[in-house]
Amino acid sequence: MIRATNIHKSFGDAHVLRGIDATFMEGKTNLIIGKSGSGKTVFLKCMLGLHDLDEGEIEYDDRRLSQLSVEERRKLRLELGMVFQGSALFDSLSVEENVSFPLQMFSKMNASEIRDRTNFCLNRVNIENANSLFPAEISGGMQKRVAIARAIVMNPKYLFCDEPNSGLDPKTAMVIDELIQEITYEFNITTIINTHDMNSVLQIGDHINFLVGGKKVWEGNKEDVFHTDHEEMANFVFSSELFKKVRRAVRSE
Amino acid sequence: MYFDGFFYVTCLIFALMFLTRFFEDIGRYFMLMKLVFRRPDNVRMYWSAFVRDLYSLGVNSLGLVCIISLFVGAVVTIQTALNLENPIIPKYYIAIATRESIILEFSPTMISLILAGKVGSNIASTLGTMRVSEQIDALEVMGVKSASYLIMPKIAATLFFNPILITLSMFLGIIGGYFFGTATGMVTPTEFTKGLQMDYRPFYIVYALIKTVVFAFVITSISAYYGYFVKGGAVEVGANSTKAVVTSSLVLILTNYLLTQLLLG
Ligand SMILES: Nc1ncnc2c1ncn2[C@@H]1O[C@H](COP(=O)(O)OP(=O)(O)OP(=O)(O)O)[C@@H](O)[C@H]1O
Ligand SMILES: [Mg+2]
Repeated sequence: MIRATNIHKSFGDAHVLRGIDATFMEGKTNLIIGKSGSGKTVFLKCMLGLHDLDEGEIEYDDRRLSQLSVEERRKLRLELGMVFQGSALFDSLSVEENVSFPLQMFSKMNASEIRDRTNFCLNRVNIENANSLFPAEISGGMQKRVAIARAIVMNPKYLFCDEPNSGLDPKTAMVIDELIQEITYEFNITTIINTHDMNSVLQIGDHINFLVGGKKVWEGNKEDVFHTDHEEMANFVFSSELFKKVRRAVRSE
Repeated sequence: MYFDGFFYVTCLIFALMFLTRFFEDIGRYFMLMKLVFRRPDNVRMYWSAFVRDLYSLGVNSLGLVCIISLFVGAVVTIQTALNLENPIIPKYYIAIATRESIILEFSPTMISLILAGKVGSNIASTLGTMRVSEQIDALEVMGVKSASYLIMPKIAATLFFNPILITLSMFLGIIGGYFFGTATGMVTPTEFTKGLQMDYRPFYIVYALIKTVVFAFVITSISAYYGYFVKGGAVEVGANSTKAVVTSSLVLILTNYLLTQLLLG
Protein backbone atom coordinates (compact mmCIF):
# COMPACT_ATOMS: atom_id res chain seq x y z
CA MET A 1 0.00 0.00 0.00
CA ILE A 2 1.14 3.51 -0.75
CA ARG A 3 -0.41 6.50 0.96
CA ALA A 4 0.03 10.11 -0.11
CA THR A 5 -1.02 12.81 2.32
CA ASN A 6 -1.52 16.47 1.49
CA ILE A 7 0.97 16.61 -1.38
CA HIS A 8 1.96 20.08 -2.56
CA LYS A 9 4.42 20.81 -5.32
CA SER A 10 5.25 24.03 -7.15
CA PHE A 11 7.66 24.88 -9.93
CA GLY A 12 8.44 28.57 -9.50
CA ASP A 13 5.09 30.33 -9.60
CA ALA A 14 3.19 27.33 -10.94
CA HIS A 15 1.45 25.53 -8.09
CA VAL A 16 1.06 22.15 -9.80
CA LEU A 17 -0.07 19.85 -6.99
CA ARG A 18 -2.43 21.45 -4.47
CA GLY A 19 -2.89 19.08 -1.58
CA ILE A 20 -3.53 15.56 -2.87
CA ASP A 21 -4.59 12.76 -0.48
CA ALA A 22 -4.72 9.30 -1.98
CA THR A 23 -4.29 5.66 -1.05
CA PHE A 24 -3.12 3.00 -3.47
CA MET A 25 -3.92 -0.58 -2.60
CA GLU A 26 -1.92 -3.76 -2.87
CA GLY A 27 -2.85 -6.26 -5.59
CA LYS A 28 -4.96 -3.68 -7.39
CA THR A 29 -4.56 -1.54 -10.47
CA ASN A 30 -4.90 1.96 -9.07
CA LEU A 31 -5.53 4.60 -11.71
CA ILE A 32 -4.80 8.29 -11.71
CA ILE A 33 -6.78 10.03 -14.40
CA GLY A 34 -7.06 13.63 -15.43
CA LYS A 35 -6.64 16.02 -18.33
CA SER A 36 -3.29 16.66 -19.90
CA GLY A 37 -1.42 19.03 -17.58
CA SER A 38 -3.43 18.15 -14.49
CA GLY A 39 -0.28 16.99 -12.70
CA LYS A 40 -0.36 13.20 -13.07
CA THR A 41 3.27 12.80 -14.06
CA VAL A 42 4.45 15.26 -11.43
CA PHE A 43 2.45 13.38 -8.78
CA LEU A 44 4.00 10.07 -9.84
CA LYS A 45 7.49 11.53 -9.78
CA CYS A 46 6.84 12.97 -6.33
CA MET A 47 5.89 9.51 -5.08
CA LEU A 48 9.07 8.10 -6.58
CA GLY A 49 11.15 10.76 -4.90
CA LEU A 50 12.32 12.19 -8.24
CA HIS A 51 10.82 15.55 -7.21
CA ASP A 52 11.18 16.86 -3.67
CA LEU A 53 7.86 17.67 -2.03
CA ASP A 54 7.03 21.18 -0.86
CA GLU A 55 4.61 19.79 1.68
CA GLY A 56 3.05 16.43 2.55
CA GLU A 57 4.19 12.86 3.07
CA ILE A 58 4.46 9.65 1.05
CA GLU A 59 4.30 6.33 2.88
CA TYR A 60 5.32 2.98 1.43
CA ASP A 61 3.59 0.59 3.83
CA ASP A 62 5.38 1.49 7.06
CA ARG A 63 8.14 3.61 5.52
CA ARG A 64 7.89 7.37 5.35
CA LEU A 65 9.75 8.66 2.31
CA SER A 66 10.84 11.88 4.02
CA GLN A 67 12.41 10.01 6.92
CA LEU A 68 14.49 7.59 4.89
CA SER A 69 18.24 8.05 4.71
CA VAL A 70 19.89 8.11 1.30
CA GLU A 71 20.81 4.44 1.71
CA GLU A 72 17.30 3.39 2.81
CA ARG A 73 15.83 5.31 -0.06
CA ARG A 74 18.01 3.42 -2.49
CA LYS A 75 16.95 0.16 -0.91
CA LEU A 76 13.32 1.13 -1.35
CA ARG A 77 14.02 1.85 -5.00
CA LEU A 78 15.06 -1.74 -5.55
CA GLU A 79 11.43 -2.62 -4.78
CA LEU A 80 10.06 -0.15 -7.35
CA GLY A 81 9.40 -0.55 -11.02
CA MET A 82 8.58 2.37 -13.28
CA VAL A 83 7.36 2.59 -16.86
CA PHE A 84 7.98 6.13 -18.06
CA GLN A 85 5.65 8.04 -20.35
CA GLY A 86 8.26 7.91 -23.11
CA SER A 87 9.53 4.41 -22.21
CA ALA A 88 12.99 5.79 -21.27
CA LEU A 89 14.83 2.73 -22.57
CA PHE A 90 18.62 3.08 -22.60
CA ASP A 91 19.26 3.67 -26.27
CA SER A 92 22.84 2.47 -26.23
CA LEU A 93 21.76 -0.95 -24.97
CA SER A 94 19.91 -3.74 -26.76
CA VAL A 95 16.46 -4.92 -25.71
CA GLU A 96 17.93 -7.79 -23.72
CA GLU A 97 20.55 -5.58 -22.07
CA ASN A 98 17.87 -3.06 -21.14
CA VAL A 99 15.77 -5.66 -19.38
CA SER A 100 18.69 -7.37 -17.69
CA PHE A 101 20.28 -4.09 -16.60
CA PRO A 102 18.84 -4.00 -13.05
CA LEU A 103 19.78 -7.64 -12.55
CA GLN A 104 23.31 -7.06 -13.81
CA MET A 105 23.67 -4.08 -11.50
CA PHE A 106 22.10 -5.38 -8.33
CA SER A 107 21.48 -9.11 -8.30
CA LYS A 108 23.89 -11.87 -7.40
CA MET A 109 22.58 -14.11 -10.19
CA ASN A 110 24.99 -15.71 -12.62
CA ALA A 111 24.88 -15.09 -16.35
CA SER A 112 22.53 -17.94 -17.23
CA GLU A 113 20.11 -17.14 -14.42
CA ILE A 114 20.05 -13.55 -15.62
CA ARG A 115 19.37 -14.69 -19.18
CA ASP A 116 16.53 -16.93 -18.02
CA ARG A 117 14.90 -14.24 -15.92
CA THR A 118 15.25 -11.70 -18.75
CA ASN A 119 13.71 -14.04 -21.28
CA PHE A 120 10.93 -14.92 -18.87
CA CYS A 121 10.01 -11.24 -18.52
CA LEU A 122 10.28 -10.61 -22.25
CA ASN A 123 8.02 -13.58 -22.90
CA ARG A 124 5.61 -12.29 -20.31
CA VAL A 125 5.14 -9.13 -22.39
CA ASN A 126 5.03 -11.12 -25.64
CA ILE A 127 8.34 -9.99 -27.05
CA GLU A 128 10.16 -12.64 -28.98
CA ASN A 129 13.14 -12.63 -31.28
CA ALA A 130 13.96 -9.02 -30.51
CA ASN A 131 16.64 -9.54 -27.86
CA SER A 132 19.48 -8.08 -29.86
CA LEU A 133 17.58 -5.17 -31.41
CA PHE A 134 18.08 -1.64 -30.16
CA PRO A 135 15.26 0.60 -28.90
CA ALA A 136 15.43 2.73 -32.04
CA GLU A 137 14.79 -0.38 -34.14
CA ILE A 138 11.51 -1.44 -32.52
CA SER A 139 8.03 0.09 -32.61
CA GLY A 140 6.58 2.34 -29.92
CA GLY A 141 4.31 -0.42 -28.64
CA MET A 142 7.23 -2.80 -28.38
CA GLN A 143 9.24 -0.15 -26.54
CA LYS A 144 6.42 0.19 -24.02
CA ARG A 145 6.37 -3.57 -23.52
CA VAL A 146 10.14 -3.76 -23.14
CA ALA A 147 9.86 -0.96 -20.58
CA ILE A 148 7.27 -3.03 -18.71
CA ALA A 149 9.54 -6.06 -18.83
CA ARG A 150 12.39 -3.96 -17.43
CA ALA A 151 10.13 -2.61 -14.69
CA ILE A 152 9.07 -6.07 -13.49
CA VAL A 153 12.39 -7.86 -13.85
CA MET A 154 13.37 -7.27 -10.22
CA ASN A 155 9.99 -8.50 -8.92
CA PRO A 156 8.88 -5.10 -7.68
CA LYS A 157 6.43 -4.63 -4.83
CA TYR A 158 5.33 -1.35 -6.31
CA LEU A 159 4.81 -0.69 -10.01
CA PHE A 160 4.33 2.77 -11.52
CA CYS A 161 3.18 3.24 -15.11
CA ASP A 162 2.94 6.66 -16.70
CA GLU A 163 0.48 6.39 -19.58
CA PRO A 164 1.63 2.92 -20.57
CA ASN A 165 -0.68 2.76 -23.56
CA SER A 166 -0.65 6.30 -24.94
CA GLY A 167 0.13 6.55 -28.60
CA LEU A 168 -0.78 2.94 -29.30
CA ASP A 169 -3.57 1.50 -31.39
CA PRO A 170 -6.66 0.47 -29.38
CA LYS A 171 -5.92 -3.24 -29.66
CA THR A 172 -2.31 -3.01 -28.47
CA ALA A 173 -3.39 -0.53 -25.81
CA MET A 174 -5.82 -3.07 -24.44
CA VAL A 175 -3.24 -5.85 -24.53
CA ILE A 176 -0.88 -3.73 -22.48
CA ASP A 177 -3.60 -2.81 -19.97
CA GLU A 178 -4.54 -6.42 -19.49
CA LEU A 179 -0.91 -7.39 -19.19
CA ILE A 180 -0.32 -4.90 -16.40
CA GLN A 181 -3.46 -6.03 -14.62
CA GLU A 182 -2.50 -9.70 -14.87
CA ILE A 183 0.98 -9.02 -13.52
CA THR A 184 -0.51 -7.00 -10.69
CA TYR A 185 -2.82 -9.81 -9.62
CA GLU A 186 -0.26 -12.52 -10.21
CA PHE A 187 2.46 -10.99 -8.04
CA ASN A 188 0.23 -8.95 -5.71
CA ILE A 189 1.87 -5.68 -6.72
CA THR A 190 0.72 -2.22 -5.70
CA THR A 191 0.27 -0.79 -9.17
CA ILE A 192 -0.32 2.86 -10.01
CA ILE A 193 -1.21 3.84 -13.55
CA ASN A 194 -1.54 7.30 -15.04
CA THR A 195 -3.90 7.43 -17.95
CA HIS A 196 -6.36 9.55 -19.85
CA ASP A 197 -7.58 6.64 -21.91
CA MET A 198 -11.24 5.91 -21.15
CA ASN A 199 -11.02 2.33 -22.32
CA SER A 200 -8.40 1.72 -19.63
CA VAL A 201 -10.57 3.38 -17.02
CA LEU A 202 -13.50 1.13 -17.75
CA GLN A 203 -11.34 -1.95 -18.29
CA ILE A 204 -8.83 -2.01 -15.44
CA GLY A 205 -10.02 0.69 -13.02
CA ASP A 206 -9.95 -1.22 -9.72
CA HIS A 207 -9.54 2.09 -8.01
CA ILE A 208 -9.63 5.45 -9.73
CA ASN A 209 -8.39 8.85 -8.59
CA PHE A 210 -9.52 11.80 -10.68
CA LEU A 211 -7.24 14.86 -10.65
CA VAL A 212 -8.27 18.34 -11.71
CA GLY A 213 -5.72 21.14 -11.56
CA GLY A 214 -3.52 19.32 -9.08
CA LYS A 215 -6.34 18.31 -6.73
CA LYS A 216 -8.11 15.01 -6.32
CA VAL A 217 -11.78 15.68 -6.87
CA TRP A 218 -13.22 12.18 -7.15
CA GLU A 219 -12.40 8.57 -6.36
CA GLY A 220 -14.12 5.26 -6.93
CA ASN A 221 -13.95 2.14 -9.08
CA LYS A 222 -14.95 1.42 -12.65
CA GLU A 223 -18.56 0.60 -11.70
CA ASP A 224 -18.91 3.84 -9.76
CA VAL A 225 -17.90 5.68 -12.89
CA PHE A 226 -21.26 4.91 -14.50
CA HIS A 227 -23.35 5.88 -11.52
CA THR A 228 -21.59 8.96 -10.27
CA ASP A 229 -23.37 12.27 -10.28
CA HIS A 230 -20.10 14.13 -10.12
CA GLU A 231 -20.56 16.41 -13.10
CA GLU A 232 -16.89 17.04 -13.92
CA MET A 233 -15.95 13.38 -13.63
CA ALA A 234 -18.82 12.22 -15.80
CA ASN A 235 -18.01 14.82 -18.44
CA PHE A 236 -14.36 13.85 -18.44
CA VAL A 237 -14.89 10.11 -18.80
CA PHE A 238 -17.91 10.26 -21.06
CA SER A 239 -16.77 13.06 -23.29
CA SER A 240 -17.65 11.41 -26.60
CA GLU A 241 -21.20 10.80 -27.82
CA LEU A 242 -20.56 7.08 -27.93
CA PHE A 243 -19.49 6.93 -24.29
CA LYS A 244 -22.47 9.12 -23.32
CA LYS A 245 -24.79 6.57 -24.92
CA VAL A 246 -23.05 3.72 -23.11
CA ARG A 247 -23.46 5.57 -19.83
CA ARG A 248 -27.19 6.18 -20.41
CA ALA A 249 -27.66 2.52 -21.30
CA VAL A 250 -25.85 1.28 -18.19
CA ARG A 251 -27.71 3.68 -15.90
CA SER A 252 -31.11 2.73 -17.26
CA GLU A 253 -30.49 -0.97 -16.68
CA MET B 1 23.71 62.72 -14.44
CA TYR B 2 20.47 60.78 -14.42
CA PHE B 3 21.66 58.74 -17.39
CA ASP B 4 24.93 57.95 -15.63
CA GLY B 5 23.20 56.60 -12.56
CA PHE B 6 20.85 54.51 -14.64
CA PHE B 7 23.74 53.20 -16.69
CA TYR B 8 25.79 52.16 -13.69
CA VAL B 9 22.87 50.53 -11.96
CA THR B 10 22.08 48.54 -15.08
CA CYS B 11 25.70 47.47 -15.38
CA LEU B 12 25.74 46.53 -11.74
CA ILE B 13 22.59 44.44 -12.09
CA PHE B 14 23.99 42.63 -15.11
CA ALA B 15 27.28 42.03 -13.35
CA LEU B 16 25.45 40.67 -10.31
CA MET B 17 23.27 38.45 -12.47
CA PHE B 18 26.33 37.13 -14.24
CA LEU B 19 28.17 36.49 -10.99
CA THR B 20 25.20 34.77 -9.35
CA ARG B 21 24.86 32.54 -12.38
CA PHE B 22 28.60 31.92 -12.33
CA PHE B 23 28.75 30.95 -8.65
CA GLU B 24 25.59 28.89 -8.99
CA ASP B 25 27.24 26.94 -11.79
CA ILE B 26 30.42 26.45 -9.80
CA GLY B 27 28.47 25.32 -6.75
CA ARG B 28 26.44 22.82 -8.72
CA TYR B 29 29.54 21.62 -10.52
CA PHE B 30 31.24 20.68 -7.25
CA MET B 31 28.02 19.15 -5.96
CA LEU B 32 27.95 16.96 -9.05
CA MET B 33 31.59 15.97 -8.60
CA LYS B 34 30.74 14.83 -5.07
CA LEU B 35 28.03 12.61 -6.53
CA VAL B 36 30.36 11.32 -9.24
CA PHE B 37 33.03 10.04 -6.91
CA ARG B 38 30.94 7.63 -4.90
CA ARG B 39 31.60 3.98 -4.37
CA PRO B 40 30.39 1.90 -7.35
CA ASP B 41 27.58 -0.58 -6.64
CA ASN B 42 28.90 -3.07 -9.06
CA VAL B 43 32.49 -2.82 -10.21
CA ARG B 44 31.93 -5.09 -13.18
CA MET B 45 29.24 -2.79 -14.63
CA TYR B 46 31.46 0.25 -14.16
CA TRP B 47 34.30 -1.60 -15.83
CA SER B 48 32.24 -2.39 -18.91
CA ALA B 49 31.07 1.22 -19.06
CA PHE B 50 34.74 2.24 -18.80
CA VAL B 51 35.67 -0.02 -21.71
CA ARG B 52 32.78 1.35 -23.79
CA ASP B 53 33.81 4.93 -23.04
CA LEU B 54 37.46 4.15 -23.70
CA TYR B 55 36.39 3.19 -27.17
CA SER B 56 33.92 6.00 -27.89
CA LEU B 57 35.95 8.80 -26.30
CA GLY B 58 39.51 7.58 -26.88
CA VAL B 59 40.07 5.02 -29.59
CA ASN B 60 37.58 6.85 -31.79
CA SER B 61 39.79 9.94 -31.77
CA LEU B 62 42.96 8.13 -32.87
CA GLY B 63 42.52 8.83 -36.59
CA LEU B 64 41.83 12.52 -36.13
CA VAL B 65 44.75 13.00 -33.74
CA CYS B 66 47.17 11.14 -36.06
CA ILE B 67 46.30 13.13 -39.14
CA ILE B 68 46.32 16.50 -37.42
CA SER B 69 49.60 15.79 -35.65
CA LEU B 70 51.44 14.64 -38.77
CA PHE B 71 50.44 17.70 -40.74
CA VAL B 72 50.90 20.26 -38.00
CA GLY B 73 54.33 18.77 -37.32
CA ALA B 74 55.12 19.25 -40.98
CA VAL B 75 53.85 22.83 -41.03
CA VAL B 76 55.76 23.76 -37.89
CA THR B 77 58.99 22.44 -39.37
CA ILE B 78 58.52 24.10 -42.73
CA GLN B 79 57.60 27.45 -41.22
CA THR B 80 60.50 27.34 -38.82
CA ALA B 81 62.79 26.46 -41.68
CA LEU B 82 61.50 29.36 -43.75
CA ASN B 83 62.00 31.75 -40.85
CA LEU B 84 65.52 30.50 -40.18
CA GLU B 85 66.89 31.01 -43.69
CA ASN B 86 69.98 32.59 -42.33
CA PRO B 87 73.37 31.03 -43.03
CA ILE B 88 74.67 31.79 -39.51
CA ILE B 89 71.98 29.76 -37.72
CA PRO B 90 72.67 26.03 -37.93
CA LYS B 91 69.92 23.94 -39.55
CA TYR B 92 69.50 21.66 -36.58
CA TYR B 93 67.75 24.52 -34.77
CA ILE B 94 64.78 23.69 -36.97
CA ALA B 95 64.51 20.32 -35.22
CA ILE B 96 64.91 21.84 -31.78
CA ALA B 97 62.18 24.39 -32.46
CA THR B 98 59.85 21.76 -33.88
CA ARG B 99 60.43 19.48 -30.92
CA GLU B 100 59.83 22.21 -28.36
CA SER B 101 56.71 23.64 -29.89
CA ILE B 102 55.16 20.23 -30.39
CA ILE B 103 55.96 18.81 -26.97
CA LEU B 104 55.28 21.96 -24.98
CA GLU B 105 52.21 23.39 -26.63
CA PHE B 106 50.92 21.81 -29.77
CA SER B 107 50.33 18.27 -28.56
CA PRO B 108 49.12 18.83 -25.01
CA THR B 109 47.18 22.06 -25.52
CA MET B 110 46.05 22.16 -29.14
CA ILE B 111 45.12 18.50 -29.32
CA SER B 112 43.30 18.80 -25.99
CA LEU B 113 41.37 21.76 -27.39
CA ILE B 114 40.41 19.69 -30.40
CA LEU B 115 39.36 16.89 -28.09
CA ALA B 116 37.33 19.39 -26.05
CA GLY B 117 35.32 19.94 -29.21
CA LYS B 118 34.99 16.31 -30.17
CA VAL B 119 34.78 14.52 -26.85
CA GLY B 120 33.12 17.39 -24.97
CA SER B 121 30.19 17.70 -27.34
CA ASN B 122 29.85 13.91 -27.42
CA ILE B 123 29.64 13.68 -23.63
CA ALA B 124 27.31 16.66 -23.22
CA SER B 125 24.90 15.54 -25.91
CA THR B 126 24.86 11.90 -24.79
CA LEU B 127 24.13 12.80 -21.18
CA GLY B 128 21.74 15.58 -22.19
CA THR B 129 19.72 13.22 -24.36
CA MET B 130 19.61 10.72 -21.52
CA ARG B 131 18.33 13.46 -19.23
CA VAL B 132 15.56 14.76 -21.47
CA SER B 133 14.38 11.28 -22.47
CA GLU B 134 14.16 10.40 -18.76
CA GLN B 135 16.82 7.69 -18.99
CA ILE B 136 18.62 9.29 -16.04
CA ASP B 137 15.37 9.28 -14.05
CA ALA B 138 14.97 5.62 -14.98
CA LEU B 139 18.42 4.88 -13.56
CA GLU B 140 17.60 6.78 -10.37
CA VAL B 141 14.31 4.94 -9.92
CA MET B 142 16.17 1.64 -10.22
CA GLY B 143 18.44 2.77 -7.40
CA VAL B 144 21.51 3.35 -9.57
CA LYS B 145 23.81 6.22 -8.56
CA SER B 146 23.31 7.79 -11.97
CA ALA B 147 25.92 10.56 -11.79
CA SER B 148 28.56 8.15 -10.63
CA TYR B 149 27.69 5.35 -13.05
CA LEU B 150 27.45 7.63 -16.07
CA ILE B 151 30.28 10.07 -15.43
CA MET B 152 32.99 8.30 -13.44
CA PRO B 153 33.85 5.81 -16.22
CA LYS B 154 34.04 8.66 -18.73
CA ILE B 155 36.46 10.60 -16.55
CA ALA B 156 38.53 7.48 -15.95
CA ALA B 157 38.57 6.71 -19.67
CA THR B 158 39.83 10.13 -20.71
CA LEU B 159 42.33 10.37 -17.85
CA PHE B 160 43.72 7.07 -19.01
CA PHE B 161 43.56 7.48 -22.76
CA ASN B 162 44.30 11.17 -23.40
CA PRO B 163 47.96 10.80 -22.29
CA ILE B 164 48.25 7.97 -24.81
CA LEU B 165 46.74 10.16 -27.52
CA ILE B 166 48.98 13.08 -26.67
CA THR B 167 52.15 10.96 -26.55
CA LEU B 168 51.25 9.55 -29.92
CA SER B 169 50.61 13.06 -31.18
CA MET B 170 54.07 14.24 -30.06
CA PHE B 171 55.68 11.31 -31.75
CA LEU B 172 53.76 11.74 -35.00
CA GLY B 173 54.21 15.51 -34.98
CA ILE B 174 57.96 15.10 -34.92
CA ILE B 175 57.83 12.33 -37.51
CA GLY B 176 55.76 14.63 -39.72
CA GLY B 177 58.30 17.38 -39.30
CA TYR B 178 61.17 15.05 -40.08
CA PHE B 179 59.51 13.60 -43.11
CA PHE B 180 58.32 16.80 -44.72
CA GLY B 181 61.39 18.78 -43.65
CA THR B 182 63.80 16.31 -45.21
CA ALA B 183 61.60 15.54 -48.22
CA THR B 184 61.54 19.21 -49.17
CA GLY B 185 65.29 19.43 -48.64
CA MET B 186 64.97 22.17 -46.02
CA VAL B 187 66.97 20.18 -43.53
CA THR B 188 69.02 17.01 -43.83
CA PRO B 189 68.19 13.88 -41.85
CA THR B 190 71.47 14.11 -39.94
CA GLU B 191 70.85 17.70 -38.93
CA PHE B 192 67.32 16.98 -37.88
CA THR B 193 68.28 13.99 -35.70
CA LYS B 194 71.10 15.99 -34.20
CA GLY B 195 68.73 18.79 -33.30
CA LEU B 196 66.21 16.43 -31.80
CA GLN B 197 68.74 15.10 -29.35
CA MET B 198 70.24 18.42 -28.48
CA ASP B 199 69.46 20.07 -25.16
CA TYR B 200 66.65 17.58 -24.57
CA ARG B 201 64.81 17.96 -21.25
CA PRO B 202 62.75 14.96 -20.18
CA PHE B 203 60.86 17.17 -17.73
CA TYR B 204 59.11 18.80 -20.69
CA ILE B 205 57.40 15.53 -21.43
CA VAL B 206 56.35 15.20 -17.79
CA TYR B 207 55.06 18.77 -17.91
CA ALA B 208 53.10 18.02 -21.06
CA LEU B 209 51.57 14.89 -19.61
CA ILE B 210 50.59 16.64 -16.38
CA LYS B 211 48.84 19.26 -18.49
CA THR B 212 47.15 16.56 -20.54
CA VAL B 213 45.73 14.81 -17.50
CA VAL B 214 44.45 18.03 -15.99
CA PHE B 215 42.90 19.05 -19.32
CA ALA B 216 41.26 15.64 -19.68
CA PHE B 217 39.59 16.11 -16.30
CA VAL B 218 38.52 19.67 -17.18
CA ILE B 219 37.01 18.65 -20.51
CA THR B 220 35.20 15.58 -19.29
CA SER B 221 33.84 16.91 -16.04
CA ILE B 222 32.67 20.25 -17.43
CA SER B 223 30.99 18.65 -20.43
CA ALA B 224 29.37 16.09 -18.18
CA TYR B 225 28.09 18.91 -15.99
CA TYR B 226 26.43 20.66 -18.92
CA GLY B 227 24.94 17.39 -20.18
CA TYR B 228 23.74 16.01 -16.88
CA PHE B 229 21.76 19.11 -15.90
CA VAL B 230 19.99 19.82 -19.19
CA LYS B 231 16.38 20.93 -18.76
CA GLY B 232 13.97 20.89 -21.67
CA GLY B 233 14.31 19.12 -25.00
CA ALA B 234 16.44 18.66 -28.09
CA VAL B 235 17.08 22.41 -28.46
CA GLU B 236 18.48 22.66 -24.95
CA VAL B 237 20.64 19.58 -25.49
CA GLY B 238 22.17 21.32 -28.50
CA ALA B 239 22.61 24.61 -26.66
CA ASN B 240 24.21 22.90 -23.70
CA SER B 241 26.68 20.92 -25.75
CA THR B 242 27.80 24.19 -27.32
CA LYS B 243 28.16 25.67 -23.82
CA ALA B 244 30.10 22.58 -22.77
CA VAL B 245 32.63 23.03 -25.56
CA VAL B 246 32.97 26.78 -25.07
CA THR B 247 33.33 26.61 -21.30
CA SER B 248 35.70 23.67 -21.22
CA SER B 249 37.89 25.31 -23.88
CA LEU B 250 38.02 28.55 -21.92
CA VAL B 251 38.79 26.81 -18.64
CA LEU B 252 41.39 24.71 -20.45
CA ILE B 253 43.19 27.81 -21.77
CA LEU B 254 43.08 29.39 -18.33
CA THR B 255 44.42 26.24 -16.68
CA ASN B 256 47.13 26.07 -19.32
CA TYR B 257 48.31 29.51 -18.30
CA LEU B 258 48.24 28.65 -14.59
CA LEU B 259 50.03 25.33 -15.03
CA THR B 260 52.70 26.89 -17.22
CA GLN B 261 53.35 29.54 -14.56
CA LEU B 262 53.40 26.88 -11.89
CA LEU B 263 55.53 24.24 -13.58
CA LEU B 264 57.84 26.23 -15.82
CA GLY B 265 57.68 29.79 -14.45
N1 LIG C 1 10.00 20.07 -14.23
C1 LIG C 1 9.01 20.95 -14.36
N2 LIG C 1 9.25 22.26 -14.25
C2 LIG C 1 8.25 23.16 -14.38
N3 LIG C 1 6.95 22.86 -14.61
C3 LIG C 1 6.65 21.56 -14.73
C4 LIG C 1 7.65 20.53 -14.61
N4 LIG C 1 7.05 19.34 -14.76
C5 LIG C 1 5.74 19.62 -14.97
N5 LIG C 1 5.49 20.93 -14.95
C6 LIG C 1 4.18 21.56 -15.12
O1 LIG C 1 3.27 20.87 -14.30
C7 LIG C 1 2.01 20.74 -14.93
C8 LIG C 1 1.56 19.30 -14.85
O2 LIG C 1 2.39 18.51 -15.68
P1 LIG C 1 2.29 16.94 -15.78
O3 LIG C 1 3.40 16.50 -16.66
O4 LIG C 1 2.20 16.35 -14.43
O5 LIG C 1 0.90 16.74 -16.53
P2 LIG C 1 0.21 15.37 -16.89
O6 LIG C 1 -1.05 15.33 -16.13
O7 LIG C 1 1.16 14.25 -16.73
O8 LIG C 1 -0.11 15.60 -18.42
P3 LIG C 1 -0.04 14.55 -19.64
O9 LIG C 1 -1.29 13.77 -19.56
O10 LIG C 1 0.00 15.42 -20.85
O11 LIG C 1 1.18 13.74 -19.47
C9 LIG C 1 2.18 21.25 -16.33
O12 LIG C 1 1.56 22.51 -16.42
C10 LIG C 1 3.66 21.38 -16.53
O13 LIG C 1 3.95 22.50 -17.31
MG1 LIG D 1 2.16 12.94 -17.96
